[in-house]
Amino acid sequence: MTTDFPAATLEAHQLWLAYQRTSVIEGLDLVLPAGRVTAIVGPNGCGKSTLLAGLARLHSPSGGCVLLDGDDIQRLPSRTLARRLALLPQQAQAPEGLTVAELIRFGRQPHQGWLRQWSADDQQVVHDALRAAGLQALADRPLDTLSGGQRQRAWIAMTIAQQTSLLLLDEPTSALDLGHQIEVFELIRHLADTGRSIVTVLHDLPSACRYADHLIAMLDGRIVASGEPSTVVTPALVRQLYGVECRLLPDPDTGSLLFADMRLAADTE
Amino acid sequence: MPMLAATTPSLRHFPGMGGLLSLLVLTCLASLLVGAGPVSPRDAITVLVGGGSEEARFTVTALRLPRTLIGLVVGVSLGVSGALLQAITRNPLAEPGLLGVTAGSAFAVAVMLVLGASAATLRVPVAQLGALGGCLCVMNVVRLRGVGSDPVRLVLAGAALSSLLAALTSLILLMDQRAADEIRFWVVGSLSGRRLADLIPVIPSLLVAGLLTVTMARPLASLALGERVAKGLGHHPGLVRLSIILIVALLVGGATAIAGPVAFVGLVVPFAARAIAGPDIRRTLWFCLPLGPLMVLVADIVARIVVAPSELPLGVLTALCGAPVLVAVVRARRLPML
Repeated sequence: MTTDFPAATLEAHQLWLAYQRTSVIEGLDLVLPAGRVTAIVGPNGCGKSTLLAGLARLHSPSGGCVLLDGDDIQRLPSRTLARRLALLPQQAQAPEGLTVAELIRFGRQPHQGWLRQWSADDQQVVHDALRAAGLQALADRPLDTLSGGQRQRAWIAMTIAQQTSLLLLDEPTSALDLGHQIEVFELIRHLADTGRSIVTVLHDLPSACRYADHLIAMLDGRIVASGEPSTVVTPALVRQLYGVECRLLPDPDTGSLLFADMRLAADTE
Repeated sequence: MPMLAATTPSLRHFPGMGGLLSLLVLTCLASLLVGAGPVSPRDAITVLVGGGSEEARFTVTALRLPRTLIGLVVGVSLGVSGALLQAITRNPLAEPGLLGVTAGSAFAVAVMLVLGASAATLRVPVAQLGALGGCLCVMNVVRLRGVGSDPVRLVLAGAALSSLLAALTSLILLMDQRAADEIRFWVVGSLSGRRLADLIPVIPSLLVAGLLTVTMARPLASLALGERVAKGLGHHPGLVRLSIILIVALLVGGATAIAGPVAFVGLVVPFAARAIAGPDIRRTLWFCLPLGPLMVLVADIVARIVVAPSELPLGVLTALCGAPVLVAVVRARRLPML
């Protein structure tokens, strides 16, 4: 395993996030493990995407702070932040005809400026991002001609080109079929192996258990459980989060959790 | 490595740009040789190589040359501002003339004239303020529920604003004979009878607008990926939009102050530029530079010759050329996403 990136730690202290007067997250504390894949899970409307937006500074906190390696992200200049933390929002849209390589080039913008125009280094980074995402053969294809999985890999490649230690992804596999989901998850695992810290919102709990090192389970804007999936995910937690009864079996080969016999709990609220 | 070559920055290669520039040079030449004054192309050539009669010399250097230069400036301004307005509204139909930006500019100048000011130097900043007002109206309409996401509804709202402002402008001119005399030839939109001196007060704001455009091109391009992605790349979308509005106001106000309201250039030129350049606004803007003056100058030349010895207003010809494009864009099954 090669680690190309310094470990980045992201923490939230007494974080409050609100839309107008409605608080979504009230006084949340959080420390994300460096160099690992963290999945934020929970039912719809539990505040997981809002939390991710807060961690990425898309959403300014109404109280508390988010610290990136000890620096308050609200105090960092935008471009500095974009060189340390990359974000892929949910269902990002590209204009028609934009090619894979053109999209990935946007990832270099935080590193460019008046005095630093496009360089051979940038070109190399784009090349590396294409390779990391397995998209070399598709570099000049317009995004709208690709499969869902390839397109999502291209977007992730754009964030790879930002060369940040920390990657935040909002539901990167929603709207993808199973094969394409696995395509994206394997890319995420591969990126974690290079030392990046990855935080991703997921709505699919079994995939989160399979691919994440660390799990944060949210309900009504609070964290109800966090830790290694195989230890924190229990039938009781699944019932609490989703109102679903299930049995959990360890995978005989990998030890990750398998979900069996899922059904609605009798007394769903 | 063919792949690496293919991913070099797109600004380096501009297929078609050479052809467009040659075409533009030829058009400029034609603009010096044809129409606007009773001097034949052959006599005009004699002037260009250093000879010719007193009258021919006057026609070419004092009538046709300023007109050509003004056509260049107006074409660049309107073409570029159309592309910019379309980029920030993400609407391929957002055209300064259709959305009321130009009308705002004309209205402001009419009000200024009625209030007693007539100094030519005041006209440019007043027209730019009017254009800014029009831009701000547009951006507010874009924010309304449903209008921003539907390109055609934005144009309808813009048409309503344009008509209202045009009606108010006419009303003012009806009430004030002196203002009407001063402005009559201006409100129809034309390059005829403009002097080189009209161009000078516009130059500083053109330079400012150009500089701002160069600064904002990169973040503006990222806005095409959505507001959240642009923020994730370290940009400030609000600041970018505000700067672009300022640029559009400077350019449209400047062009309107010289030529009067000219519609559809900001629709047709970016439309053609996108067809050549693809989806990146930075490339589109480069192609607007030759295409804008090309459209304005060709329209102006046609305006001089179709009913010679009198002339058609430039605005009529750009509308004749632009309206079919508008219909074609709207009728396309799916409007292109910007």
